[in-house]
Amino acid sequence: MRHEISILIIGLFVVLSTASVTAGILSMRAPKPLSATLVNLTQRINAWWVMVALMTVAFFFGRYGMTILFALISFAALREFVTLTHSRRSDHWVLLGMFGIVIPFQYWLVWTAWYGLFVIFIPVYCFLLMPAITALHGDTERFLERVSAQQWAIMISVYCVSHVPALLTLNVPGFEDRNLLLIAFLIIVVQGSDVLQYIFGKLFGKHRFSPNVSPSKTWEGLIGGLVASSLLGALLAFITPFSPLQASAVAFVACTMGFLGGLVASAIKRDQGVKDWGHLIEGHGGMLDRTDSLVFAAPIFFHIVRYFWTV
Amino acid sequence: MSKLSLRTYTLLQTVTSVGLSAMAWAVTGVRPIWSGSEPSDRQRIYFANHTSHGDFILLSACLSETERAKTHAIAAAEYWGKSRLRRFIAQDMLSSVLISRTWTSEAEHPISIMLSVLDQGHSLIIFPEGTRNTSDELLPFRSGLYNLSMARPDVELIPCWIENMSRVLPKGQFLPVPLLCRVVFGAPVVVGPGEERRAFLHRARAELLALNPRPDRDD
Repeated sequence: MRHEISILIIGLFVVLSTASVTAGILSMRAPKPLSATLVNLTQRINAWWVMVALMTVAFFFGRYGMTILFALISFAALREFVTLTHSRRSDHWVLLGMFGIVIPFQYWLVWTAWYGLFVIFIPVYCFLLMPAITALHGDTERFLERVSAQQWAIMISVYCVSHVPALLTLNVPGFEDRNLLLIAFLIIVVQGSDVLQYIFGKLFGKHRFSPNVSPSKTWEGLIGGLVASSLLGALLAFITPFSPLQASAVAFVACTMGFLGGLVASAIKRDQGVKDWGHLIEGHGGMLDRTDSLVFAAPIFFHIVRYFWTV
Repeated sequence: MSKLSLRTYTLLQTVTSVGLSAMAWAVTGVRPIWSGSEPSDRQRIYFANHTSHGDFILLSACLSETERAKTHAIAAAEYWGKSRLRRFIAQDMLSSVLISRTWTSEAEHPISIMLSVLDQGHSLIIFPEGTRNTSDELLPFRSGLYNLSMARPDVELIPCWIENMSRVLPKGQFLPVPLLCRVVFGAPVVVGPGEERRAFLHRARAELLALNPRPDRDD
């Protein structure tokens, strides 16, 4: 596994360096003051350096690192989601429970690999008990809206996100002790697809995909990004239990889900009247702005691998 | 006070202030939005909406370390002076200044206490609504803001809108829910020539309300 990890780190380093140098040259040649797009591009690339560095550190701590990192990502994402949606004074205890009980318990289930409860704790137990607590408080004002927002908040920020470290619990024959590479594959392919869609969209984008939801998404960006990230998937087959053809198919499905995740996140943001989820990551917005695609891709990727590759 | 205990005292306040600001950031990711004023070492009275005990912690977390050390929140003696522990937390750890709503002697007069802090060159954080607000509307302002400004016209009055704290730590709750908060610092409000008390208080309240970045929200 050491061999594969070294290649990944060198690869990411080369890609990011190329990006930084390119953005630097573009900025030097561009008329001053720099356009908002160029400033944002530089910020985004700088933030990528930080994110890749953090991921790498977490990677070296293995199962501990991944579980803690994604629990923290869930925390940041949940905080953004709950901040944005409507809640009332009487929701205080339910909201506290989402941060103080749901996140730790879900990640404890990931840690102990208790698959049976991991998949139903939030969609069954939290789904039924949280609205019951809200009803017991007796405040019915905008009840359905409040409980729905709470359900969405934990499904998106906790349940879906927790499927990334849960990849470590899968038992793929012939791939023992190498599950960290599944996480690397998923993140590189899905985040890579976001970047590739951005690049193809900026270079060739003409036809808006869904002007009502997200003005920045174009057909050219989507198709270019999906084709390129499927190729990237095939290229990364050597770190996975998949053949190159399988890897590109899995990457295609994951990145399509990722695209849909971005679309749904945009629809929620538009509905709530904001442009970004938060300000945690300079140039990108909030945690959910960066992870919306991963949120949709992770559970599907998890179940594809579990269904077809585990015993 | 002896030299040693003074040093312990300052250390306690520094540790508390750094610790609380770090905690405020961890829980609420608090960010200042300077919209009409800039961070400055000028003597100021920061006045803000008040919904939670966490309000002044959030506000002071947005100030620089040096500013924080010379900025005191005004708190109600009825609540914070009730027990020795509360008094210790308010005065010794948070270096707030306690004033009584039911003062009897001239020395207890809230305005004279606040003026004596200003006369040491320090800044103040005050909540002109006079109490933690549990309604959706900003309450009418008490006169203190006007009286202070008339007495010390050189001190800047900065309106500060504290966002979301009513949801993070509502009145009567002990544990905070982590939600993102911003503090919007507006342009200084000045008493106009010949402006009478009520008109000024009304205008100051309107200027504070205008800073709310999401007035459409009704939570």
